[in-house]
Amino acid sequence: MAGIVGYGVHFPIYRIRVEEIAKVWNEDAEAIKNGLNIKEKTVPGRDEDAATIAVEAARRAVRHAGINAKEIGAVYVGSESHPYAVKPTAATVIEAIDAGNNVMAADLEFACKAGTAGVQMAMGLVDSNMVKYGMAIGSDTSQGRPGDALEYTASAGGAAFIIGKEKGKVIADILKTVSYTTDTPDFWRREGASFPSHGGRFTGEPAYFKHITNATKLLLEETGMKPADFTYAIFHQPNGKFPVNVSKQLGFTEKQIEHGLLTPIIGNTYSGASLLGLAATLDVAKAGDRILVTSFGSGAGSDSFAIEVTDSIEAARGRTTKVKDLIGRNKVYIDYATYLKNRDTIKMK
Amino acid sequence: MERSSARLWRKIRARYNLVGNECQSCKSEYFPPRPICKKCGKKTEMAVKKFAGNGEVYSFTKIRVPPDTFREEAPYYVGVIKLEEGPMVEGHILDDGREIKIGTKVRAAFRRMYVEGDEGLIHYQFKFEPI
Repeated sequence: MAGIVGYGVHFPIYRIRVEEIAKVWNEDAEAIKNGLNIKEKTVPGRDEDAATIAVEAARRAVRHAGINAKEIGAVYVGSESHPYAVKPTAATVIEAIDAGNNVMAADLEFACKAGTAGVQMAMGLVDSNMVKYGMAIGSDTSQGRPGDALEYTASAGGAAFIIGKEKGKVIADILKTVSYTTDTPDFWRREGASFPSHGGRFTGEPAYFKHITNATKLLLEETGMKPADFTYAIFHQPNGKFPVNVSKQLGFTEKQIEHGLLTPIIGNTYSGASLLGLAATLDVAKAGDRILVTSFGSGAGSDSFAIEVTDSIEAARGRTTKVKDLIGRNKVYIDYATYLKNRDTIKMK
Repeated sequence: MERSSARLWRKIRARYNLVGNECQSCKSEYFPPRPICKKCGKKTEMAVKKFAGNGEVYSFTKIRVPPDTFREEAPYYVGVIKLEEGPMVEGHILDDGREIKIGTKVRAAFRRMYVEGDEGLIHYQFKFEPI
């Protein structure tokens, strides 16, 4: 069965702290930090968007995999902030990684889970021998309306995963994947709208918790595994609180989720979030470790994966920068006015 | 500034991946690509050459009075980068708060260069990022 051959990630260098946003809206920063379990978030530069982040992550993934990009037969880019309404981000990615032109390419959108949907699509193509390698990317420069609770978490970042099945190249086998999808109106953005809308507390139990729980339980049932069989787990992280709570409800420990829980220090990278958590976990995982990943996308659905790390992970280590090293590199903290300018929220005409 | 799909399309390969060319006679390398070798003249064959994008700052300046296209980006750095393979390339240098000096090591990052208003094309290309 198909597995992970390589991965790469990218974050902007800009950060804004919760205190800086709370100050503008006369809110209690400490209460927000404790309530959402978040300290700061990434902010894209004025010259960054979901396409530039996807390309940077994809280039790192190709280096990590140690393959020729021309062997990649499919590229799927999941995002809810594609730069164009009509013109594929995936086409920009294949040109920028020099993958050649005989590539299946498409953009995906399923709120925060379009990246993991791309992984499943790439797995299907690899397992059916339609392509040698498939690339799935989750990349976003997510939007939060000024003054809305989302403003504290909506951030920018992305991850690219290369899927293949060649023995010796696969650093982690994907043992099983399942999905759980319903029509749930928890979060949406209409065509042409600048910011998303959401159902407030409705985004919790009937949306995030229901879908994550159902997909994860289905995966455990179909694999015959239990939480203790996994060394690590990653759950979608719209804030720092939800994944901690859902992991406890499902029987996972804080130690299992600690490496993949990035939202407290980078915010919610939407389509990138679950994949970034997986990348950070693979950075520390060893052969034989099992990893459970469950994404969540509003609207709503969850994809759940059971993954087992192979011996080949050691050979690939060092070919790309570790996620936490990239997060910790030269950060530039900005004020709220610069944040609005970077997000193009200030109307010039 | 360009407002043409065809002009943008012709430059995508070079702009995304620093694709220049190399004289097959004297091995001189060029970016952007040249139709003929400056040293050998018009009879030599020129082959496509993709540069890795690593180099160092050869010269730079900070733009405080920009053209309209980059009005919202100012101040910003532009410079001449000496690529590891040899050619000198002009480009924007990303400002991450650290001091930029002659000799600063850089890599080619993928960034948005400019957008044609609210409804036009988005132009992507390399910018140099201090390592």
